[in-house]
Order: sequence, then structure tokens, then C-alpha cells
Amino acid sequence: MPDSTTPLATRTSPRLRSPFASLSARLPRHRTLLLGITITGLLVLIALLAPWLAPHDPYAQSTANRMIPPVWHAAGSWEHMLGTDRLGRDYLSRLLYGARISLFIGLLAAFISGLIGTTLGVLAGYFGGRVDAVVSYILTTRLALPVVLVALALASLTGGSLIMVTLLLGLLLWDRFTVVARSATVQLRDAEYVQAAQALGASLPYILLREILPNIAPALIVVATLEVANAILLEATLSFLGMGIQPPLPSWGLMIAEGKAYMFFQPWVIAIPGAALFMLVLAINLLGDGLRDISAPGGRDE
Amino acid sequence: MKATSVEPTPYALELCGLSKRFTLGGKMFSKKRALYAVSDVSLRVPRGQVMGLVGESGCGKSTLAKMLLGLTPPSEGDVLIQGKSITHSDQKTLARHVQPIFQDPYSSLNPRRRIGDIIALPLRLHTTLSSQERSQRVTAMLDLVGLPKRATQQYPGQLSGGQRQRVAIARALIMRPDLVICDEPTSALDVSVQAQILNLLLDLKEEFGLTYLFISHDLAVVEHLVDRLAVMYLGRIVEEGSREQIFAAPKHPYTQALLASALTPDPSLDIPDLGLGSVQPDPSRPPAGCAFHPRCPQSSPECRERRPSLPPVDLHGTGRVACHFA
Ligand SMILES: Nc1ncnc2c1ncn2[C@@H]1O[C@H](COP(=O)(O)OP(=O)(O)OP(=O)(O)O)[C@@H](O)[C@H]1O
Ligand SMILES: [Mg+2]
Repeated sequence: MPDSTTPLATRTSPRLRSPFASLSARLPRHRTLLLGITITGLLVLIALLAPWLAPHDPYAQSTANRMIPPVWHAAGSWEHMLGTDRLGRDYLSRLLYGARISLFIGLLAAFISGLIGTTLGVLAGYFGGRVDAVVSYILTTRLALPVVLVALALASLTGGSLIMVTLLLGLLLWDRFTVVARSATVQLRDAEYVQAAQALGASLPYILLREILPNIAPALIVVATLEVANAILLEATLSFLGMGIQPPLPSWGLMIAEGKAYMFFQPWVIAIPGAALFMLVLAINLLGDGLRDISAPGGRDE
Repeated sequence: MKATSVEPTPYALELCGLSKRFTLGGKMFSKKRALYAVSDVSLRVPRGQVMGLVGESGCGKSTLAKMLLGLTPPSEGDVLIQGKSITHSDQKTLARHVQPIFQDPYSSLNPRRRIGDIIALPLRLHTTLSSQERSQRVTAMLDLVGLPKRATQQYPGQLSGGQRQRVAIARALIMRPDLVICDEPTSALDVSVQAQILNLLLDLKEEFGLTYLFISHDLAVVEHLVDRLAVMYLGRIVEEGSREQIFAAPKHPYTQALLASALTPDPSLDIPDLGLGSVQPDPSRPPAGCAFHPRCPQSSPECRERRPSLPPVDLHGTGRVACHFA
């Protein structure tokens, strides 16, 4: 009688752990994921603590201290570790505050697009038929739009403020959420536990939010991290092109744009914000890839 | 006891000319075609009995079950549960009378829910019990299905197939339904566990006074379980009668073939080899006349032209068979 007499699964058997336990067991062995988490965590911390970490006011101009090079140059000084820009503002302080802008836009835009994309995808996947056809139509329309051009055009209409840029990106970047949510929901729609909930008379919101959503969430979280990185890059692009964040806010893209006139003789002016942007986007991508690996069923965990 | 109607019918379940039509194709390059997964099924299941429903894979058993559960609307015909048509009751009312136990215990429980929450869901949806009362009822139910109390804190992934099926049974029975639709509840389990689950189902039937519609593709499984048996072929009932009638003297050639194959079980095959040739029936293109005639050892010209009809249900539960030779 192997069924009723064997004890319920013991903790040592890897296959029979709770979903959370098996995830946390795979985590420490995934190096790139750990790296992604560490760097992203550090940058988030820096963004949160910017007012305390920044040595100077990021907006304070000083005509006497324009274009001071970073400390590793002969003409550099510890007073302005990363130098100053053409208006004499401390570059390190602006960089630290810029992390706030990038992360704020990235997270909020990904949240908005996640909300839109997941709603559309889950509805299309669950109902299929006409609903699916309508969502597919909207999705195809969206995919036919070149994101950068549309964002540029709309930003030039609305004017680039922090909120506007975030909203624009949020309204443009939902397509991957829809694709992933739709296909994941299609797979679960006929799952017997969903049928069991239907047969119990559970309401539609209950079935969608409590039975289906938790089971497609891992896939959506992966998409979300990649969209955060995507939104951060797009913001930098828009700001670089002058249609995103407006001066004097210290967006990294804007810093690169403002430095481009000096790029040949003082390359650090664009190298520093460029490197920061590269680090942040790389770290978030590592995080997203790692999450995908460990949340995949029977995922690659070595 | 539930007061369902003034004059209670002796039947927990009645199917009246029930059909389900699916539309295939209709996309860009294919023409629309109708597929009758279930055609004109009439059955009566007396209260407190077990009605078996057997047939090959794809003959429409699960589609029939879904209609009874209110998961898909019938195309034609009606379903009466405790004498009341389900077309006029909402899903929540229906849920209190009929509950499913599904085939695959690995997909019938939400992997992200604790067992305690899974079994308590019906109580959440249908009662106003406090969470403490709910957990008492859940523990009592776990005990009835033979699981320890600590299972409430575990996830489905931590249980074996048999244990999961016990959880599914607990969820189905905690609201004390009248009718339980068991759609191949043991076919995904190890042979050694199958018997335990079947015994559990029988014990609980006595305990709660349940009526079962027990779906299976395997006559051997239902033999010791059912009071009556209906045999389905391509969406139609071809024979129906008491267990004794069917197992002792099967009248329809299809039933005879099923029975012969069940007597010489080949454990390597999931679905019994019927020895009827390899003519795979296509439900979207059913043969004219008797749907079984291409595989029937005794088919005659009449079988190819005229479909034998199944006699209507009578009050005495006389055996019925749809065959020109019976
Ligand atoms: N939603 C649907 N759309 C179109 N055809 C369907 C649909 N659901 C079922 N069918 C068809 O209806 C027929 C009966 O399917 P059903 O699942 O009821 O068979 P079954 O007897 O339960 O088989 P099994 O023993 O394999 O579970 C099959 O031919 C199937 O392809
Ligand atoms: Mg089936």
C-alpha cells in the first residue's frame, strides 16, 4: 500500500519541494543571476540614498568650475570626483540623481505596460475567439509602430516631462507582456484545476486573478525585468534626442546629449553616464535572464 | 437532506436527448464542418447508484461530463439534476448539486495553492463560515479521505498522485453534492493505488449517500463498482443496462468486443485492443447507418443504411441496446 502508508514527501527530495523552496534552492548556484541581483540592488540603493551620497547639489551651477575633469586626470581634484559639466555642476552628484530618474521611469513604465499587456493577454488567452481576434488586431497594430519614432513624435506633441515620458513608454511597451500572457493563459485555460474552479461556481475575476495569474506570474516577471531595461534605454534615447527628460533634470541620456559637443577632447563627459547606463541595463538583463532560467520548469540550474 | 422539489424524483440525474456539436474549421482554408461529440444521449441515473459510462478514447465521454457540470452548454437536449433543469440554474446553484473528480491529479490541483486552501475553496465560495470553522471542516474532510492534518500546509507538488487524487476527492465532496462526475479518476494512477482510490470512492458514497457517474475506458475498472453501465460509441449510447445484464449477456457487438478485450488484459496497452481492425472512427465523419458497422463482425446491408435506434428509457430500467440484431 504505497499510497496511504508512505509518509508525505520529506524535505530532502528535490522534486517534491514547494514552489518557493525549489526556487530558493536553485538561486545560489546561478552566478550571473546573483551578479545581476547584486549590481541592480546596489544601483537601487544608490538611487534611494542619492541625497545622502551626493557630495554636491546636482543643480548648483558654478561658472568658475566648468568642465573640471575627473580625479584620475592631472587637472582633476577630489572636490569633484567625476569632474563637472559645462555649467560647473558636480558630475558625480548628477550621476547619482540620474539613477533615480532611470529607475523611476523603468519601473513605472514596466508596471503600466505590464498592467495593459497582461490584461489584454490573459483575456485573449482565456476567452479565445472574438476577444482573441480583437486583441491580436490591437497587438499587430502596436507591433507595426516603430517605438522610437512614435515616442519621439508623441513626446514632441506632449512635451517631455518625466511623467509624460513614463506614460508614453508604458503605453508603448506592453506587446511582449501580451504575447507571453496570452500563450501562458491558453495553456492553463483547460487545466483541470481551472475547470474545477469553474465547476465550483467561482467568479471570472477569481479564476483569472487567483487561479491563472499566479501560475503565469513567473513568466511575466521575466518580461517585466527586460522591459524595465528596455524603458530605461528608450528614455535615454529620447532624452538624448532632446524629446525626453528636459534640463535641468539629470537624466543619463540627457547628460550624454549635453556632453556630445565635448566628446573629442573630454570623452569622459559622455563615457561616465554611458558606462552607468550600460551597467544598469546589463545588470537588469542578467537578472531577467537568470530569473527565466531558474523559474523554467526543470530549469537549467547548473 | 435537501428539499429540492415537492415530489422528489427517484433520479439524481436525467439526460434527455443531450447533444453537443462543435464546429471545426471555418478558418481561412478549411470549410466549416460540424462534429457531434455527443449525440442524442438519454440516460437516467437513480439516486444512490453508480452509473458507469465506458467507451473508447474520443467517443465523447468528457464532453458529456462537461455538459453535466455546466462547463459547456448543450447544443440540444437537457440535463435534469434532482429533477431540475440545469439550463435554468446558475453555476453556483449547480455546483452545490454536482461536482467533478478529474482524471489527472497532476493538473487538477493548482500548484501554487496549499492543500488546505484548495479544499477550503468550496467553503469560501458557498458558505459564510469563519476561517477557523473552515479549517475544522477541512481537517475533518482530510481525515475522511485518509490524509494527515499536516497536508493542509503542503503544496500539490509535495504529494504523490494517489494523495493528490484524495485531495481532489475532498474538494469535490466537502460541500456534500448529490452527484459526483468521476471522469476516469484512476486511469492516471499506478495500479496499486487505483484500487485504494476506488475503495475510497465507494466508502464515501455510502457515507454521504452519493450518486456517481463513473466514466472509464476500461470495463475491468468499472466491473466491481457500477450498478448500471452505459456503453458509448462515437457520441451515442449503444447499450445500457444493469451490471449483471451487461457483464453476463452483452447484446451489442461493441460491448461484446470491449468485454472480450477486458478479459484478456494487456497491461502494455492503455486502451484495450478491441480486435476490431484498425478502422479509426472519425467523429466528424461518422459512417452512415449504424456508426459501428465498419468495425462490426456481423454487419449487414441494413446496418449500412439505417441507424438502429436506442429504445427510450423506461421506468423499470430494462436493458436497452441499439443494434438491428439484438
Ligand atoms: N472544444 C472542442 N472543439 C472541437 N472538438 C472537440 C472539443 N472538445 C472535444 N472535441 C472532440 O470531441 C470528441 C470527444 O472528445 P472527448 O474529450 O469528450 O472524448 P473522451 O471520450 O473523453 O476521450 P478520452 O477517453 O480520450 O478522454 C473528440 O473527437 C474531440 O476531438
Ligand atoms: Mg476524456
